[in-house]
Amino acid sequence: MKWGVITFPGSLDDRDALHCLEVVLEQHVVPLWHKDPDLHGVDAIILPGGFSYGDYLRCGAIARFSPVMQSVVAFANAGGPVMGMCNGFQILCESGLLPGALIRNQSLSYVCEWTRVRVETTRTAFTTACRAGEILRIPIKHGEGCYVADDTVLQQLEDNGQVVFRYVNDVGEVTAQANPNGALRNIAGVTNARGNVVGLMPHPEHAVETLLGSEDGRKLFLSALR
Amino acid sequence: MLAKVYVTPKKAILDPQGKAIVHSLHSLHYDEVADVRMGKYLELRLTGLSRGQAQQRVEEMCSRLLANLVIEDFRFEIVED
Repeated sequence: MKWGVITFPGSLDDRDALHCLEVVLEQHVVPLWHKDPDLHGVDAIILPGGFSYGDYLRCGAIARFSPVMQSVVAFANAGGPVMGMCNGFQILCESGLLPGALIRNQSLSYVCEWTRVRVETTRTAFTTACRAGEILRIPIKHGEGCYVADDTVLQQLEDNGQVVFRYVNDVGEVTAQANPNGALRNIAGVTNARGNVVGLMPHPEHAVETLLGSEDGRKLFLSALR
Repeated sequence: MLAKVYVTPKKAILDPQGKAIVHSLHSLHYDEVADVRMGKYLELRLTGLSRGQAQQRVEEMCSRLLANLVIEDFRFEIVED
């Protein structure tokens, strides 16, 4: 399987994603450049975290129109697996591949901490290696991670099983205290109707080695290998 | 020609910045402030368009890029500069 990791100007975690895939998971991975619409025949695409185009206008708003994204949209619409973490999630929402949007944290503060997320569905390209209800320990680091959507969209997401991850406490309960950014219904990640596009604010690529404090993030990448 | 574009958070969307500003105004004893919504103001200098064309093009720019209609509303006016 061949992976592609996109670098936008201002991407931060592209190197971490490359390290995670190439060194830790021993995958064939190629870097993709925002100006190059050629996806080089990859089988799965990662949109990393960071501040693409300086987060100007809105997070992900400019990246959405980059040449590579036109190819990513076509790839995703054809059923190709795409995962966006943090800024990658914001870009997927801006591009319309995922419903909803991410706004400033309710606290107005940047948060950098470990979170626990509960796997709400295993029917996505990136959660088949998880158990439903499993709790993963994965870190977050963002200022704009408050997931919002209107009530109709939220209800559709719940009804269709498109909420993938929710912030929970140590024992797996959805509580206000466990919610680091004010996200509606503690939503940490969502998928599209088909389940091939997943976006989440936590950083699974920062949780793939014991040295980093957790290996729980591996399961997301390993799911796509199945 | 100048397009003055105003982008504001939708009524139903949380506006944590607006809320923080309300608190700060209240602490300065401006108790009459019931609500603040914080948005963006953009000025677009336009050339080579008729007023009608400008109206249509700016509308398109707003819905495609300048505002995210999931969370924001926009309005604009076109003036001679």
